[in-house]
Amino acid sequence: MPPDSPTAASPAPDIPTSTPPGLIALFVAFAKISLAGFGGVLVWARRAIVDQHRWMTADEFNETYALCHFLPGPNVVNLSVVFGSRFRGIPGGIAAFAGLLGPPMLIVTILAALYAHFGEIDALRRILAGVSCAAVGLLISAVFRMMMPLVKRRDLIGLVVMAAVFTAIGLLRLPLPAVLLVAIPLSIAITFAIRRGVRHEF
Amino acid sequence: MNSDANPIWTLVWTFGLMSLFAVGGANAAIPEMHRIAVDVQHWMTDKQFADVFAISQMSPGPNVLIVTLIGYSVAGVGGALVATLAMCVPTAVLAYYVSRLFARSRTHSRWPAIIQAALVPLSIGLMSASGLILALTSDRTWIAAMVTVAAAVLAFATRLNPLWMLLAGGCLGFAGVI
Repeated sequence: MPPDSPTAASPAPDIPTSTPPGLIALFVAFAKISLAGFGGVLVWARRAIVDQHRWMTADEFNETYALCHFLPGPNVVNLSVVFGSRFRGIPGGIAAFAGLLGPPMLIVTILAALYAHFGEIDALRRILAGVSCAAVGLLISAVFRMMMPLVKRRDLIGLVVMAAVFTAIGLLRLPLPAVLLVAIPLSIAITFAIRRGVRHEF
Repeated sequence: MNSDANPIWTLVWTFGLMSLFAVGGANAAIPEMHRIAVDVQHWMTDKQFADVFAISQMSPGPNVLIVTLIGYSVAGVGGALVATLAMCVPTAVLAYYVSRLFARSRTHSRWPAIIQAALVPLSIGLMSASGLILALTSDRTWIAAMVTVAAAVLAFATRLNPLWMLLAGGCLGFAGVI
């Protein structure tokens, strides 16, 4: 949405007020978002883009994020490119992408080098073993949070699709591309059929 | 390493392909990363994979950086860079073009909503598989499994900052409990 859209005239508090960011501003903003985010970067992205810089309204942010969420790949990385390019074209997308990935990549690469040198030290092995147990717990709780809406809606078909993918990937350990090339068209066909069925009832 | 090809190219096509199939983000692709890195290419052991996951969760930045760590263990700094870019660039280019398409057409087609609704259960299924595979690689003892369950329950039921749970896990590990 262009910044001079008609809604910008109204004095509502959630309207972006600042000028479109430049390349350096994009890089710095996404570097800060990225370095602030442990575990999940999305919260910080929303805070910086919507609340702090007012580059987008909450609705524009949600719309952009929804788009990035249904595309494959790391969602926040997609978001950085879509967001940056909306303001400054391809260079803007690259600046935001580089800001999001560059600084943390540097940190992680240093950690990787340290791990390669000291990974066999017993104390470190024990610490990492403990951290990974807790980190797995965090991931499992995130999965349950995402599952709750399906359970609450009694979305039986959604739960069956979920269980089928879990079985194919988690238990049978089948390759991801093969599973998805079957599961994606199937799931879309089922969803489409159900929505059309619902529509005919009314 | 059992591949005859240059490991850099193996990283490029492995993660470049994975990028386009990572429905639900990097965490949804963890089973595939484990399958390739541990079972197929023998780049790392189960223990190393669990370590790399732990390091990626302790580091700032998006979850996708686990790929940087896998890349580093295969081919050093070059491997780290190549693996990360291979995992991020294809989907970023796709996102750029799709967002332009949407911005231009502004059609109110119901297909985006249908595709999104169809993909949600898939991505949750993938994440559940991630949870299972990581639990199998990390939780070698019943105490370790208890720590995982405790962290999961705490994170689900409270708004506690997850860093505290990682810290507690690290302390228990250091103390030799796990």
